[in-house]
Amino acid sequence: MKPRDLSDLAFRNLREAILRNSLTTLGVAVGVASLVAMLSLGVGLQQLASKRLSQSGLFDSVFVTPKTNLRGPGSGPPATRVPTAVARPLDEDARAEIARLPNVIEVYPQIRFFTEVRYDGKPFATMVAGMPESAKSSGSFDGMQGAFFSSASANEAILQSEFAKELNPQTSSLVGKELVLRYAERQALAPNPKSSASNNSDSTNPESLPGGFSVVPKEMSLRIVGVVETEPAAGFGGYGNGRLLIPLQVAMTLRAAQVNDLRDIVRGATSSKPTFASLTVRAKGPSSVEALEATIKNMGFGAFSLLDASKSLRIFFSVFDLLLGIFGSLALAVATLGIINTLVMAILERRREIGILKALGAADRDVKQLFFVEAGVMGLFGGFLGVGLGWLIGRALTFGTNVYLHRQSLPGVDISSVPWWLFLGAVSFSILVSLAAGLYPASRAARLDPVAALRYE
Amino acid sequence: MPDSQPAIRVEHVSRHYTMGSAVIHAVNDVSLDLPAGEFLALLGSSGSGKSTLLNLIAGLDRPTSGAVNALGQDLSKMSSLELARYRRQTVGMVFQSFNLLPRMTLEENVELPLRLAEVDRTDRPARVREALERVGLAQRVGHRPSELSGGEQQRAAVARALVNRPKILLADEPTGNLDSATGESILTLLRDIQKNLGMTIVMVTHERPLADRFADRLAVMADGKLLSNGAAR
Repeated sequence: MKPRDLSDLAFRNLREAILRNSLTTLGVAVGVASLVAMLSLGVGLQQLASKRLSQSGLFDSVFVTPKTNLRGPGSGPPATRVPTAVARPLDEDARAEIARLPNVIEVYPQIRFFTEVRYDGKPFATMVAGMPESAKSSGSFDGMQGAFFSSASANEAILQSEFAKELNPQTSSLVGKELVLRYAERQALAPNPKSSASNNSDSTNPESLPGGFSVVPKEMSLRIVGVVETEPAAGFGGYGNGRLLIPLQVAMTLRAAQVNDLRDIVRGATSSKPTFASLTVRAKGPSSVEALEATIKNMGFGAFSLLDASKSLRIFFSVFDLLLGIFGSLALAVATLGIINTLVMAILERRREIGILKALGAADRDVKQLFFVEAGVMGLFGGFLGVGLGWLIGRALTFGTNVYLHRQSLPGVDISSVPWWLFLGAVSFSILVSLAAGLYPASRAARLDPVAALRYE
Repeated sequence: MPDSQPAIRVEHVSRHYTMGSAVIHAVNDVSLDLPAGEFLALLGSSGSGKSTLLNLIAGLDRPTSGAVNALGQDLSKMSSLELARYRRQTVGMVFQSFNLLPRMTLEENVELPLRLAEVDRTDRPARVREALERVGLAQRVGHRPSELSGGEQQRAAVARALVNRPKILLADEPTGNLDSATGESILTLLRDIQKNLGMTIVMVTHERPLADRFADRLAVMADGKLLSNGAAR
């Protein structure tokens, strides 16, 4: 039979037992729906995690440190270390050089210093961190109280919520108030002409040491503009979590003494210019991170990225999806039994009709194809209906989750997603499974003895 | 003029069934020749094996031994696919209980063999109309079988058997479910078809008077054996 005649007859047969076939199709739909709902959750959660992580800047960033920083305890006592070329200082020149590399969006230093603030006449010790303008687009500031800094050079502060609670348990009342930042400004002494003239001077010679710096206490008034849950990229590449965030540009102009300043003096830095403890390099995307990391290492700096962690995350979600898929498939397996049952029933019911078709010249193949197409059509409709149902279940779960998150005063999230590949994959899978379920009934119908079938009443 | 190649040649055909430990000889060493264009009535009581013999000629069943030849084709050598093609193109079948598909209209029922034979869709309406006109049902194309009388249903079944223009028509008790007047009209129709289209007809019946009136030849079966071998009357 030609495909069109075959599908004509198949649709006619399906319409004939509309209730039973609809129920079977619905069974397939529920099976597909459970599969789609499970996988859409897997995909949605993965997208959510990736989005949050990419917003956090962890996966498109390279953290650059002076090479000496990478010498850990495993490197052995100083006497056994292979004398390498003089470590390049991570200063403004280095920053500019890195910023000129391809695929680099921005390079900013980590400025963190431990200091004291005064609020309402009382002193509080805290860690201050400089925030680049780009941090605004990271997800961390999404649900904040108040607002982000009005400009890159505004004398404003954002408090980390735990710290804010120390100042005033009613954190919302802090926004708009003033606090005083007390810090130690680093003032350079007269540079040693010898050391600036020669880069390869012996660092053990006291004569070649830079002049060091003096520390002068200073004060600055800041207006609190917001309160945020956590500092973005907290605890990575810096020295402790920042609890008082100020614009990076403001932090740089403070010239506050940082941890690495003292260390540089002790290690005998070869440049009189202030150096950075570390630089954060933001790449255009995670794909360019690897090459960028290698280039920066070749320039003589230590470089580190979290790309490996992101790979593990992908593996985790693949396994997670697989497990969800297996659970989702269970319902589809039950639906498969439904298709087999319906078609076997149809053979009994249409026994005589099969006999007539064979007497009129239908080949075994024609009868087999007819049952096959009927199974496939149920799979097709069940697949489409199932994807729709699965999408609805995913939406319902997202809605329920958001109601819960809203009650906990947390921002809403989208935890389910039905991308095109899932839609097409689920429908194809549904058809494939239905065809497999139709195999046995179809071959049984095809094998039917026409003489016996015609005698059947 | 004797035809050197009979339309149907049955040679020492047997069809045995096993039921438990018993072997039933439904057809037992039957030989029969039917020249082309003739009307054979196969007579016998219930269980005599006449329907089994008809099914063997129709290619719906295969003999246990012996050979069935139709228009020079040896059915025993055919694959099941070739047998299906034989049923589509060489023979047409009519049954006692009409065997029309109840949910299809008359037109769709008659079109069914054309679908199976993969006849072009554009050619089908004319072929269906031609077949229905031949049996006098051209006005009832849109009706379902349940809306027709028994005689009309059997006419429709004849139209369906003719639509692929076969050379042989096989009828299994075509008047069995009809009153005598209607039965007669169906047999008249069959004889007209035989005369006008030159078809070879084998009809199974147990109604001797009708067979006497309409058939060219009679063959009588009992207990799977042929008592008279269908000589011309």
